[in-house]
Amino acid sequence: MLALFQLDFVQNAFLAGTIVAVVTALVGYFVVLRAQAFAGEALTDIGFAGATGAAVLGIGSLLGMLGFTLISAFAIGALGERVRGRDIEIGMVLSFALGLGVLFLSIYTQSSAAHASAGVGILFGSILSVSRSDVLIALACSCAVLLALALLFRPLLFASIDPQVAQARGVPVRLLSILFLLLLAVTTAESVLVVGVLLVFALLVAPAATAARLTHRPRATLLLSLLLSLSITWGGLILAFAGTGRHLPAGFYISTLAALAYFAAVLFSRRAPRLKYKMVRGCREECVSAEG
Amino acid sequence: MLNVLHYPFIQNALFAGTFVAVVAAIAGYFLIARGLTFAGHALPNIGFAGAAGAVLLGVDPVFGLFAFTICAAVGIALLGREIRERDITIGILMTFALGLGLMFLSLYSGYAERVYSILFGTILGISQLDVLVMAVVSLLVIATICALFRPLLFSSFDPEVAQARGVPVRMLAVVFLALVAITVSVAVQIVGALLVFVLLVGPAATAMRIVQRPLWIILIAVALGVGYTWLGIVLAAVNGSWPVSFYIATIAFVIYLPVRLLSPLWIGRGTRRNIGGGPENRANETEHVTAARRDNDVSTLPA
Repeated sequence: MLALFQLDFVQNAFLAGTIVAVVTALVGYFVVLRAQAFAGEALTDIGFAGATGAAVLGIGSLLGMLGFTLISAFAIGALGERVRGRDIEIGMVLSFALGLGVLFLSIYTQSSAAHASAGVGILFGSILSVSRSDVLIALACSCAVLLALALLFRPLLFASIDPQVAQARGVPVRLLSILFLLLLAVTTAESVLVVGVLLVFALLVAPAATAARLTHRPRATLLLSLLLSLSITWGGLILAFAGTGRHLPAGFYISTLAALAYFAAVLFSRRAPRLKYKMVRGCREECVSAEG
Repeated sequence: MLNVLHYPFIQNALFAGTFVAVVAAIAGYFLIARGLTFAGHALPNIGFAGAAGAVLLGVDPVFGLFAFTICAAVGIALLGREIRERDITIGILMTFALGLGLMFLSLYSGYAERVYSILFGTILGISQLDVLVMAVVSLLVIATICALFRPLLFSSFDPEVAQARGVPVRMLAVVFLALVAITVSVAVQIVGALLVFVLLVGPAATAMRIVQRPLWIILIAVALGVGYTWLGIVLAAVNGSWPVSFYIATIAFVIYLPVRLLSPLWIGRGTRRNIGGGPENRANETEHVTAARRDNDVSTLPA
């Protein structure tokens, strides 16, 4: 088992996994609080278009994903007036991006005689092929996202739970919401490296949603989300490497562990108040205690 | 240009595409009205996982599609009530299913071409039999939606009042999502998991910006859906190298964008608020009020 850690690709996988797990756990908390799960999902699928487009042009897939997701995050933020009405705008941008992704994929597979399954690597991730430079880019992106999140923490929390009151107090709610979508775009683009386009949800939303069901103060939720995210990622990677006879992909283990954790938490907290009230109340208490 | 229409495979594609577009546009209107856009995206992906499982077991992918999408639809309808939790539940169910799909694919040693074709669609490679199956299933789904039209509309826009009047809201939610699951399962085999979503949401979203009354919205959505599909198929057949799903997605977006941006010109401010998941807005507002009452002690934020 320990001998595995000597291998380069195993080290890279664990490094990338850890970096991504940390940033998704913390950004994921705000995704759940702001009810933007669909936006997160859409941005990852848009990342698919970016990655296939990058493959056609022959540039790095991470750059392609960053470009596409940032533009789309801006479009979603600018088109959608309110959080609730955004579903349709997100859906339209998403379907256009998926169409582009299919086009790029078909051009790519036609031009380079690559297998149609080339797209599957992007869709489901290929953590085993993460290089050291990918790790460094992911690290840089994560540091930037975490720094921005730390700076915006309190206004973002305020704007997330009580947009009208925050607006009245002079908090730039609209700007914050676009900024947050941009942070989300960077986060999803880098997490595609680890779990692929289709499974980002497992890291972006599942740990934070699980944590939000079990605790309600923002700090406790963030911490628990972080712990869950790290254990899901490491658990998934160890299971994938140590193997259970057949070598199954890490994405499968990670998404299964994440889903099991969430559904266990749902069963465990059945009698608890609804997620929305719980989270909002926790945040309000946080705001009150910070002021007092 | 017009002589491509003589090829039988183009004719099959047009017939099948028409049926899919009509059902998807009708179901899509209710999906948007119920704030279930995300479910429209998740169900095809879940179906993809089911198809992968069926290929692994050596049975027809159709069985896997139906089993996975219908189970997921019932699960979504029963599990999540509040929108925030529903989106999370849908997303996690979808991720779980896709994880399983990934496992099935990696266990399957052969070249799972049929599975990939389910992801991206093979609208130009369908048989007469496929068209027949599509037609029958589509007509059944449309007939069911027509039979349930009034209660479905009522429970979509005013779930609380409908419940109070004795409409089986919960039951309708399950039946409706099961119908969507059936639509998706049949459509996915032909237009691909990615394209179903475009046909579900694109036409209905555009129609909602053009007119106000439900019946008109549905009629325009059907017309738009059929139009997009025909144009997409013909363009793909003429050009030959680019996929149909790209054309349809692009047409849908190119038409939606100006309609969305110009719609304030003909839709008054008062009614504009009701567009974009009208019932959800209303439901959320009332929820907000009750929540605010319940949390009275902390609802007043620090000065």
